[in-house]
Formats: sequence, structure tokens, C-alpha cells
Amino acid sequence: MSEYLVNIEHECLSFFTPAGEVKALNDVSLHLDEGEILGIVGESGSGKSVTAYSLMGLTAYPGRLISGSLQFNGHQIERMTEKEMRKIRGNDISIIFQDPMTSLNPVYTIGNQITEVVMLHTNKNRRQAMERARELLTLVGINEPEKRLKQYPHELSGGMRQRVMIAIALACEPKLLIADEPTTALDVTIQAQILELMMELKEKLGMAIIMITHDLGVVANMCDRIAVMYAGKVVEYGSTDDIFYNPGHEYTKGLLRSIPKLTEKEHSKLIPIEGSPVDMLNPPDGCPFAPRCEACMKICLREMPPYTDLSDIHYSACWLLQKQEFEKQTQKGEA
Amino acid sequence: MSNNKISLQLNVEDFLPASDAEKERLTVMQRSVGFWKDGVRRLKKNKISMISLVVIILIFFLSFIVPGIYPYSYEHQIRGSENLAPMQYSQTEMNAMETGEHVFPHILGTDNLGRDYAIRVMMGSRVSLMVGLIASGIILFIGSLYGSVAGFFGGWVDMIMMRIVDMIYTVPDILIIILLSVAFDQPLKALSQKAGFQWIQVVGVNLISIFVVFALLYWVGMARIVRSQILILKEQEYVTAARALGASSGHIIKKHLLTNCIGTLIVTTTLQIPSSIFTESFLSFLGLGVAAPMPSLGSLASAALNGLQSYPHRLFAPALAISVIILSFNLLGDGLRDAFDPKLRD
Amino acid sequence: MVNYIIKRIAMAVITIFAVATVTFFVMNLVPGGPFMSEKAVSPQAQAALNEKYGLDKPLSEQYTTYIKDLLHGNLGLSVKQRGRTVNMIIETKFPVSARIGGMAILTAVLIGVPLGSIAAFKRKTAVDNIIIIFSTCGIAVPSFVVCTILMYVLSLKLGLLPTYGLASWKNYIMPVMALAFYPSSYIARLMRSSMLDVMGQDYMRTARAKGLSQIVSIFKHALRNAILPVVTYLGPLLAYTVTGSFIVEKIFTIPGLGTEFIGSITGRDYPLIMGTTVFLASLMVVMNVLVDIAYKLIDPRINLK
Repeated sequence: MSEYLVNIEHECLSFFTPAGEVKALNDVSLHLDEGEILGIVGESGSGKSVTAYSLMGLTAYPGRLISGSLQFNGHQIERMTEKEMRKIRGNDISIIFQDPMTSLNPVYTIGNQITEVVMLHTNKNRRQAMERARELLTLVGINEPEKRLKQYPHELSGGMRQRVMIAIALACEPKLLIADEPTTALDVTIQAQILELMMELKEKLGMAIIMITHDLGVVANMCDRIAVMYAGKVVEYGSTDDIFYNPGHEYTKGLLRSIPKLTEKEHSKLIPIEGSPVDMLNPPDGCPFAPRCEACMKICLREMPPYTDLSDIHYSACWLLQKQEFEKQTQKGEA
Repeated sequence: MSNNKISLQLNVEDFLPASDAEKERLTVMQRSVGFWKDGVRRLKKNKISMISLVVIILIFFLSFIVPGIYPYSYEHQIRGSENLAPMQYSQTEMNAMETGEHVFPHILGTDNLGRDYAIRVMMGSRVSLMVGLIASGIILFIGSLYGSVAGFFGGWVDMIMMRIVDMIYTVPDILIIILLSVAFDQPLKALSQKAGFQWIQVVGVNLISIFVVFALLYWVGMARIVRSQILILKEQEYVTAARALGASSGHIIKKHLLTNCIGTLIVTTTLQIPSSIFTESFLSFLGLGVAAPMPSLGSLASAALNGLQSYPHRLFAPALAISVIILSFNLLGDGLRDAFDPKLRD
Repeated sequence: MVNYIIKRIAMAVITIFAVATVTFFVMNLVPGGPFMSEKAVSPQAQAALNEKYGLDKPLSEQYTTYIKDLLHGNLGLSVKQRGRTVNMIIETKFPVSARIGGMAILTAVLIGVPLGSIAAFKRKTAVDNIIIIFSTCGIAVPSFVVCTILMYVLSLKLGLLPTYGLASWKNYIMPVMALAFYPSSYIARLMRSSMLDVMGQDYMRTARAKGLSQIVSIFKHALRNAILPVVTYLGPLLAYTVTGSFIVEKIFTIPGLGTEFIGSITGRDYPLIMGTTVFLASLMVVMNVLVDIAYKLIDPRINLK
């Protein structure tokens, strides 16, 4: 099992707020191979970003890891000291955030912010680091790198800022890049460019990517594997084909249904998923999606469903699937 | 990762579809509370603010109600009772007590003219509070009017009005107050001799100058805040939504803009009160406040300087009073801001 | 940038001009000239004095003379302190006030910024709570209260420090402390809330994600952003220090410009009143311009017009 680059097992993480304990992650398990792209899909509050941040030890106050094993490249993240984590951050694991405008410090130049991470993890001096920064800007497709190095974040466009973020993330050639909704804050045309850039760089540098998004379109194009999260739990996991062509969980089905398709007839209705998200302060005992599920059964409201294997790598947590599986087995038994 | 065997302990009935009613029980809808109820509830939870509120009510009681029933008045000079220490009796008073007369003790002693000090401190608090309230009222009125007009109409109206605000901002206020006090001194004194204007003598020329300057200069902060509130709200989507639904401009202003504004206004005004009191006490200390014999906490402190060594209580009583007043209003204002500001601060 | 500076200087000049004008007219509204309160002066002597100080000329002419003199930096003759020009008085008294005021401002910043930062960094711990309590009380207590309490405790009761004058360095301690009390509390509070704000920003998360330690990210990334509101406060801080000095100088009997100013008011020494007002107002206006420029240097985002 330890040949995975990333292996998260049974992670439970809560935020201890004044209002009470918010169980952000409720037994989350994920894994990723070297060079693979894993997409984590879910709505706001499903826990996708929290999972990724916990891998880097960047869980925000007042959050705390309750239990679970977080393995990266053979290391147990949850047992590492802050000093050891600092060596990994920006170096072996990098992250790019959703909003590049607020993620860059407004009072320092681009050059300053890139050389900072270079000089932190290598022995390069300032001049060499600037050279590397220039290289990186060219790598991410920014023209006139000399000029850009001296500019401030507010002088660049949204797309360029995100490229700068990518440059910073890749500066030390990490094994894993976490991309937290990298294109949500950008125009659609720029989105495509940035995603293309990421694919290119992945090929060049051979790194693994965790792509966090709520946009299924992004995931369809880029990812090898997809994990669907809801209310702090992975409700379905599989290859991209599995998820798109053979979705197991009602939530996944709902997500796919709600995407407007070009091929559909005009005037056909958009089918949203009814209901509102779970109250994370008092999560229900049963399946968190149950109240919104069309196929909800009585047991769904009472008990958390176990995972049902749908293929070698494809599984989902759903009582309906368990029921179908049971029926299949009894049929076989009877035959 | 999977559990294919189904335990035989599970009831087959469990796999029947769940009814809508059963599902709804688990859906927790957010209690939508009104803006005010929510804010008041948060305020009540804030212990410090509640204590400040109680203190303020107590101070009001001491400043406005108690003097009415207190046996001494602030200007009455009692012969033979000069410079008494707290709770001390003069010879005359002790004689009177021997004959069975009940003499109310001078809780804080008397000043050098034989006036009971406790009542003077209470009256001083009254003056400070009134100045604070009236000044804040003036500022609120002029400021919000000016700010709303500038914010609502925008364009060049806004620009001109804000340029004026900028200029007023740079003028050093204390200097102008001092200047005006000096300038108004004679004319107002002359005016106070005329019928119907006697009250000027009581209030004092300086105090009027203070109010005039507040009206001229101090409202700019409030105007800026109100204007920015209006600007923000103008952009808010629900104004567009309301318009789309056919609401008229007046309706929009009243319902949406004002409700959100009022929260900020209350907070700003509450915080303006101690600021005004601060300024007034400062000026009184310099001798530019209310006219004698009406006491102000600032002038009491100033007068107490001379006898600081022998009668320290004469300084500490008004000093404590004014610090407590300003502190309570500040804490209450902070509490109000935390309660009514949608951006919850931890 | 240069454009901006020019525009600000122009605005500043206009404001000073306006203040001078307002001061002039306000002063001349007051009936009874500067010689009113003196013992009965004979009409001839009165006329001679009026002529000497140019008070017999029509108002408009007085005004133009005044402005002309102003432009030459000449603030006129004091009418109460015979033989001394206003310039002389300001020149001798101002350095005293400036020294105390400058030290007070420095103290306030050197105390307020670290305290506020520590409070934000150690949010919700005992340290934070103590700092909050102190700074909240600090802004509620008027300066004259602080002065007098300090004087009572340190001078009268403990006999540690002298109560008046400027004989030695010891004399500076209480006035500076008293003057710095309110601003250090205010700056501490300001810094704390600014730091808390900044620490919650996304770029702080980016800094940590790069592998920077807490300390470095605070000093390098947070501080420069968080200090901006404090820089903005420097303008009003100067105004506060100037006016606060009136009180401090009165209580500690310091021969500074504040004492002169207050004295000139009660004594109706018009040229001195006007001269000091214009001088102090100009000082504050200039400071505001400098602060705005400093702000722009620290924060490259600001597009000041």
C-alpha cells in the first residue's frame, strides 16, 4: 500500500468553533500514484480543500486532526514536526489557490515573491534566484519576464497572476501539486489556457496533481481518477470513465444531470439537486446525502452506508448499491 | 474498501423507500432571525457591554435624578464649611447636629468656597453627558444628512461635497474652537444681557462656541461613513432586485438602505459620545468650557490641581468619573459594533 | 507620483491660506482691541499704539499687509510682549514643545506597534486580554487625568520626579509619558486589529505554503501590510500631540509654545494668536502631506489622485 505517492486513510478532522465542533472530514480516504492526476469534486463545504490543506499541515485555526493516517512519499505527515513540514512545503508539495489576486502579497514585487521560495529551499543567492525566476516565468508562458519581475501583483491580469502562482509553486520542482479551484476566479478563455499549461508542465516535470474543483468539465478533461466528496466524506471514487459513464452514487448522478448539455433539446429544464447542504455542526447519523436523495430508503437515514466495490478501482458508499449487490449475490446463490 | 456481505441483522424493511416526512426531520433549516433580534441577542451575550450599559444607566441616574433630591446644590457656598475633607463636618455643622438637626454628610468634602463637592461632581457629570449627547446629536444630524445626499446623488454633487469635507478635515479643530471662543466671548456676553437670552450666562459662552464648532467641523467623519454606507448599498444586488420587482426609489431607500445604515449609525454615534466628552473636558480643563459656577469634570480637575497635595480626592473624583463615563461608552460602542456588524469578528 | 506631490502641496498651500484668512477675520470680529483690558489708556496713547501696530488702518488694508507679511514668513509683532516679534517667540518656544512632542510620538509608536502585534499574534491568550484591557482603558482616560495622576504618584507621593520646569532629563519623563499614553493605546488597538485582519489574508497562507516559518511570514509579509493604518494615523497623531501639549505644558509648567498660545488668548495678543495658529496649522498640513507621500511609498497599490 505504501507505493502510493499520497495515501490518506480514515482521516477525521474537525473545527472547534465557538458555535461547536464542525466535523469537516468524517473518515476520508484517498490515494494517488506518482504522475497521476486526481480530481476531488464536491460542493462548497464538502471538505475537498480541507483534505488537501491537511496534507500540507496547513489546517487553519481552529481546526485539528482527530485521527487518521496521512502518508506522503513514505512520510507520515501527521507525525512530522513543524520544522520538517516546512522543508516539504513549497519544495515537495506545492499548492496554488483559487484567487491569485489575494494570494499574492500586494506590497512586494513578483520577482521578490518568486525568489523568496527559491532561496528558501535551495542554496542559490539572490542573483541566481532571479535567474531561476526568469526561467520560471518563461516556463509558465509569461512574456517580457524581465519587466514582470519588477512589477506588483495589481499590475498584472488575473490570468498572469495565476501563472505567477504556478511559477512559484513549481520553482522547486515538487512531486505533488495541489490546485485548489485554480480557474474558478478566471474568465472561461483564460481557464482553458491555465489548464493546458498545467497539463504541459505535468508532462515536462512528471509531477502528480490533485485538482480540487466543483466543475465537472475541468475534471473530465484532465483527471485520471476522481473522488466525489459530500459533507466530509468520499462518497464515490473511480477512474474518470467510471464516474462519467457509470456513476454509482446518487449525488454523482445528480451532479452529472445538472450540467447543461449542448446536445440537449432547447427548452429542456436544468435539473438541480433539491434541498440544501448538511448542517456540519450536527451531521446526521446516516448517509449525509439522504435527505436530498431520490432513492432514499429508511436505512439511509439511520446508518452510514459502507463502500460497495463497483470494479477494481471504482467504489461508492450507498445503501442502494449494497441492496443491489445483495440481490445479485442471493440470485447467484439461488442459481 | 467495501463490504459486500450484508449482515443478516439488517431488517428488510429498512430498504423500503423513506417518506418525505422522515427526510425532512433531518433537514435542519437555518433559523432566519431578524436583523435586529439577532443583533440584540448577540449584544446581550456580551457581558462587558451589558455591564457598561448598566454603568451608563447608573451614571445617568446619578447625574440627572440624584441632584434633584440631594440636599446640597452645586453653587451654594456654605459659610464656615470650606475645605472639609470627605465625611468631615465643620464646626457649625457639628453644633447643629448637637441640637438634634440632621446634617447630611459631605461625602466628598467641600471645596475652597464651601460648596459640597459630591454634588459638584454629579453636576459636572451631567454637564459632560449633556454636552456629549447634544454634540453627538448635532454631528449625527448634519453628518448623515450631508453624507446621504452626497452618496445618493453621486456624480459631481458628490465630488464637490467631498472636496469640501477634505478641506474641513485638514483644519485643526482645537485651534478653531479656541479662536471662536475668544471671538464670541464679547458678542455673546452682550447678547446674554438681553431678555430671553439669559440662559447663555448659565451655559457659558465657551460652551456655545464648542457647539458651534462641533456643528461646523466635527460632522465630517460621520458624513464620510454615511456616504460610504450609501455607496455600498447602492451597489448591492438586492437594490437591483427590488427595483426589478418594481419597488420605487423611496421604498428602496427606506427599507433596505436605512436598515443597514442604522446599525452603523448607532455604533458610530455611540462611539462619538465619549469622543465629544473627551473634547469638552479637555477644553474645560484649559478654562474654555462651561462658565463658573457651573462645574464640568474638566474644570473641576483643573481647579483641583492647586491643592493636589492636600486634597487629592478633589482631583481623583472627577478624574475617575470622566474615565468611567468615557470607558463605558467606548465599551458599549464596541459591543454594539460586534453585535450588529455582519462580519462576525472572533 | 510627482504630479501627486505637486497637487498635494498646492492643496496644502490653499488650506493654510484659508486658515490664515479665517483666523484673521475671526480675530477682528472681536470688539475691543488688544488694549482693552489694560488700565485706562489715554486716547492719545491709544491712538499711538493703534498706529504703531497698524490697527488704525481699514480692515482690507490690514488684511493685505498681513498676507504679504505672511508670505515673507513674517508673523508680525507681539502686542503684549513689547519688543518681541512673533517669529522670535515661536522660534524660542517651539523647539521645547517639539522635543517633548517628538519624543511622545516616538514612544507611542515604539510601544504601540509591538504591543498590538503581540496581542494579535497571541490572540485569545492571557497576554492578548491584558493588552486589550490596558489599551481600552488607555484611550478612555483624558490626558489631563493621566498627567495629574502621574504627577501625584511619581512626584508628590514618591518624590521621584520634579513637578515643573525643564531643568534636567528627569523633567522630560512625565510629560512625555503623559502625552504618549493615549496614542500608544490607540496605536496598540489599531495595530492589533490590523494585524488580525492581515493574518487572515490569503497571501499569508501562500507564505506558509511556501515553507516560511511563522516568524518570518509575520515580519516580512504581515507587518508591512498591517502598518499601513498606523501610518495613516500619524497625521491625526500629530494634531493630538500639538493640542495635548497645551495641557501637559500647563500642568508641568513647561515654557513651550502651548503655554504661549493659551496665554496669548487670554491676553488678547492678536498677532501672537494668529501667528501661532497659522504656524501650528501649517505644521499639521505639512505633516499630512508627508504622511500621504510615505503611505504611497509603502503601499504600491495606492493610486492617489
